[in-house]
Amino acid sequence: MRLNGRFGRFGGAFVPEILMPAIEQLEAAFLDSEEDPAFRAELDELLANYAGRPTPLTRCRNLPGRIYLKREDLLHGGAHKTNQVLGQALLARRMGKTRLIAETGAGQHGVATAIVGALFGFDTVIYMGAKDVERQSLNVFRMQLMGATVVPVTGGAQGLKDAINEALRDWSASFATTHYLLGTAAGPHPFPLMVRQFQRIIGKEARAQILEREGRLPDTVMACVGGGSNAIGLFADFVVDEAVTLVGVEAAGKGLDGGDHGATLLRGRPGILHGAETYVLQDEDGQISDSWSVSAGLDYPAVGPEHAHLKDSGRARYVGATDAEALSAFRLLAEKEGILCAFESAHALAHALKRARDNPDEMILVGLSGRGDKDVAQAQALLGRPA
Amino acid sequence: MSRYAAMFDRLAARGEGAFGAFLMLGDPDLDTSLGLLGAVIAAGADMIEVGIPFSDPVADGPVIQAAAQRSLAAGVRTADCFALIAKVRERNPHIPIGILTYANLVVARSRERFFDEAAAAGADSLLIADLPAFEAEPWAEAMRGAGLGPVLIAASNTPADTLVRIARLSQGYTYCVSRAGITGTHAEARFDPALVAALKAAGAPPPVFGFGISTPDHVRAALAAGAAGVICGSAIVDCAAGGGDVAALVRDLKQATGNDSAS
Repeated sequence: MRLNGRFGRFGGAFVPEILMPAIEQLEAAFLDSEEDPAFRAELDELLANYAGRPTPLTRCRNLPGRIYLKREDLLHGGAHKTNQVLGQALLARRMGKTRLIAETGAGQHGVATAIVGALFGFDTVIYMGAKDVERQSLNVFRMQLMGATVVPVTGGAQGLKDAINEALRDWSASFATTHYLLGTAAGPHPFPLMVRQFQRIIGKEARAQILEREGRLPDTVMACVGGGSNAIGLFADFVVDEAVTLVGVEAAGKGLDGGDHGATLLRGRPGILHGAETYVLQDEDGQISDSWSVSAGLDYPAVGPEHAHLKDSGRARYVGATDAEALSAFRLLAEKEGILCAFESAHALAHALKRARDNPDEMILVGLSGRGDKDVAQAQALLGRPA
Repeated sequence: MSRYAAMFDRLAARGEGAFGAFLMLGDPDLDTSLGLLGAVIAAGADMIEVGIPFSDPVADGPVIQAAAQRSLAAGVRTADCFALIAKVRERNPHIPIGILTYANLVVARSRERFFDEAAAAGADSLLIADLPAFEAEPWAEAMRGAGLGPVLIAASNTPADTLVRIARLSQGYTYCVSRAGITGTHAEARFDPALVAALKAAGAPPPVFGFGISTPDHVRAALAAGAAGVICGSAIVDCAAGGGDVAALVRDLKQATGNDSAS
């Protein structure tokens, strides 16, 4: 291994010894690719002409305050996920792998992986909690349309955490031919670093766009945090700008005081899950707790290790938005701006709206990580018919 | 002399390999688990390896996952596991006892406290399934400080420099995995004599094969590859869960560790 994979005290590579050669191979391929102009050129071409980058920066016309939205919802696939699956797919090809495996919660990362599986001709297998398979049958069908095999995971709580467990088990036996295309900036080194590097295009573009439009940096940059890939991608180029406040918004679910939330950084303790030392929702003995959020993408009991470091170092602040606050922001954005955003992104927007009400002059950049089509049926069930 | 060293010496003098039996602590409940541990020891296990159940065991196949779930569902906690080990130790002063668990249970208690409690209960070694040699140095040091032998995993795909590191950090025995993958699946086991030779050359503690040992032929093949012993997990756990004769299974497998069993 060339790097120690640490962000302060967090991160590392806590995987069974059998997987270490696979992780070392991936680290080497990734670090080499960063030095390879041909790799970057191919990725840039795909991002521009296949995925649709750069994505727009939209100033909200009717919401209070000065809120800008970085529109990852307009990316091919409907979310920021596409940025990094393209990068990892090119790496998988570079390593000579013929098969992709991935985990998915609601199905967004599964769909993104199915997209690159189809594009590059990989044999693609998606692990998905059996409960999620049932709840998200349309996304399951999307993946199948693009040629992926969806494997329902019946172990544990049958959710995202269990899908990751099963993907890691598959990879332990299959790494010779298979790349594990992990969906977020979590997991063992080099995933958190690699996924951040592939996602930092979000913040790089947004920083340039807002400088061009406003002639200055935003006061606050805000994004939702589940595993944390869209947030770390948006934050990365702003970390050096000390005057810019970075805020990550976690899922406060039904409230931070109960057990039904996904607020790992706010309510978890440092521990080790899925290969990284990071904040983890767990009981006193270290058994992993079940998380909860109305948005499947934030329903995860750990978090990317770089966020753990940004929290402990004080560079970023982390707050929560409840299911109800997120739903209300989701609805408001639809009514006032004509944009249906993902429930995940609505958490970031909910907090931005709170800030905007108190400080109408504050310039806030919100990562709108994904579009809301996937959530429309759930929104209908939760909100009923709009008044 | 450590319990492991004494056991390997005694068996070597008799021309036998070591037979290790794995059971999940508290599966399906604490009383039954204590009875099963007694049964495998009485049936001839030379060393026992015990799992402390974790909610998310990524190195384990369906059989051991289910065992951990049963134990957790019975309300078994880490402290109960240490108490169970202490009972086994009280009745069996000489048998080596190794713990197998996952890193989060250790850090949740703090490394020092976990290692002290494990050693005080009478455990000889600790294997953390998601702790590769890359991360193991400070952990292994703290284990040795607490009087607990660090056991690390070596596989056929483990690079030579990592094997040297494993040799340097390990005490008691070296856990060799016989194939890629997770515990208890039926992919064909491959007992790699080159791995055993490399570990011996690096001065590692005696190599013992685990993963995929379920028949006397597996036991003989592993020992023929030069291993000092074998550990059988999923087959025993599966047998116990199905109400089978665990003692008979252990006797059969143990018998295959003898010189005269090679046929």
